[in-house]
Amino acid sequence: MQFLRESFIVFRRQLRMNLRNPAWVIIGMLQPVMYLFLFGPLLKPLIGQLGVENEYTFFVPGMLVQLGIFGAFFAGFSLIGEWREGVIEAERVTPASRTALLVGRLVRDLLQLLVQAGILVGLGYLLGMTGSARGIVFGVLLTLLVGGACAAASNALALTTKSEDVMAPVINMVMMPVLLLSGILLPMTLGPQWLQSVSDWMPFKWVTDGVRTSFSGDFARDPMLYGTAWAAVLFVLSLWWGTATFRRENA
Amino acid sequence: MIQARGLVQTFRSREGRKKTEVRAVDGVDLDVAEGEVVGFLGPNGAGKTTTLRMLTTLLRPTEGTATVAGFDVVTQSEQVRRSIGYVSQTGGAFSSARAGDEVVDHGMLYGMRGADATRRGKELFEQLDLDGLWTRMPKNMSGGQRRRLDIAMGLIHDPTLVFLDEPTTGLDPQARANLWEHIADLRRRRGATVFLTTHYLDEADHLSDRIVIIDHGRIVASDSAENLKANISGDLVDLELASAGDVTSAARRLGSMAEPGRGGAEAVEVDGFHVRARVAQAGRAVPGLLADLSRADITLESIEVHRPTLDDVFLTLTGRSLRDAQETTTDGAGPGEPAPPATPALVRQEQ
Repeated sequence: MQFLRESFIVFRRQLRMNLRNPAWVIIGMLQPVMYLFLFGPLLKPLIGQLGVENEYTFFVPGMLVQLGIFGAFFAGFSLIGEWREGVIEAERVTPASRTALLVGRLVRDLLQLLVQAGILVGLGYLLGMTGSARGIVFGVLLTLLVGGACAAASNALALTTKSEDVMAPVINMVMMPVLLLSGILLPMTLGPQWLQSVSDWMPFKWVTDGVRTSFSGDFARDPMLYGTAWAAVLFVLSLWWGTATFRRENA
Repeated sequence: MIQARGLVQTFRSREGRKKTEVRAVDGVDLDVAEGEVVGFLGPNGAGKTTTLRMLTTLLRPTEGTATVAGFDVVTQSEQVRRSIGYVSQTGGAFSSARAGDEVVDHGMLYGMRGADATRRGKELFEQLDLDGLWTRMPKNMSGGQRRRLDIAMGLIHDPTLVFLDEPTTGLDPQARANLWEHIADLRRRRGATVFLTTHYLDEADHLSDRIVIIDHGRIVASDSAENLKANISGDLVDLELASAGDVTSAARRLGSMAEPGRGGAEAVEVDGFHVRARVAQAGRAVPGLLADLSRADITLESIEVHRPTLDDVFLTLTGRSLRDAQETTTDGAGPGEPAPPATPALVRQEQ
């Protein structure tokens, strides 16, 4: 109860600061729209190979995972600014739970993701995407799970490096293989066998497949199981890492 | 209120491939009574902030124990946090958030109800001359206003013990004098115990009942400013003689009353017609000296007595002036990082 209250105080503070910055709101909302309109059409000629009737049925779930992963990866940058101004130290000197200090921030990131997902799915429908309602809800939940994992990891990384200059290259280094090997933009099945085998080692590929499968409403298939399992594992590990950095004396 | 025994903090630092262990705080014992205002004085990198971070539960001591407001900083850190207010060097209000919101949220993290935190925050704004700034962002405030806002945040939950880390660093003289008033008020109005770090001698002198001096991670002195000055340095007596022939004789007489333990005649400095020496409680000694000199037919042009400053105290205790110590220490460490202590070798070189 106290934990929820503390998380909420932190969340409310974050949300208030973000809403006061209109650029943040506009960019956050525009991102999914731009991807849909400027990248989606490129997939149209590939419909046959994608095994779907409408390119957005393939693209929207992938886009969702991408927003979840990449939007959240950048969440840590605002934390460095706060740390530099002594906000984290001031919060750590209060009796509030250290996990709450992290969770309050994660909830803000997840709220942003949820709104973006709503825009994405809504527009996708308008553009002809098909999918089961139950499957879409579960797919969004899965995305939130993996987004929370990435946001927690990003916050942990921010408090560990304490410098945008160190953090930016690290994030870029992680992002490249994730983007290329997770089949977000194009399905990995288009590639040669060796590339598919490599991508089997990429947890985010399983999550992407899981979300795509979920959208189709076919819960019984393997990718669902692997995707959900990976998302849960990543979430638990990242939350543990994030809390540890907030708890650590030097942070 | 504070009782620390043998506090040690070591940091591993890395230069290239060489790993070194730095003892930022090296066995600190500290006692602060309820209602006391203690100034924690030392050059940058002496271990002030690191000690403070251990006492405020932000940093776990490598060795040693500390009890703050009756609770152990390691095993009862939550109770310690509840009882203390801490104003760090960087403050704690985000520059683009509204001042009032930051203060209320901070209070609520202490478990206060929103309405209570608001009422209390507004009260504090009034007391700290921040009226009308409730909705202003810190980035649009003056340096002095920002510091007072930081103090308001630190006081929101009415702590009985307040830690202030270099409260006036970077403020202009007027804002500083104003902040001193407010710091003095902490005890006058609410009976709070105050523990403040500073590297300004005049600040420690002006605000504290007792001064604790730290250098290279060790406490080198702890006493009232008056006693520190009286016991350690003595007052500087500066005689200007009318004729050069009297210099030797005057130097011998002044030397005989110079502070014991500081080498008698060796402590006398002769500079042209001037003869200077440090004399304990010169106010009492000077009448006798004058009589002695007149018996010996020595005529004085002038006599001056300088009360020692804390800079003299620091010089006596550490062999270097606070200003030198400051300059030879790197000051680049961020707020979260402990400043590395000055290396003695470096200090020697400068002198």
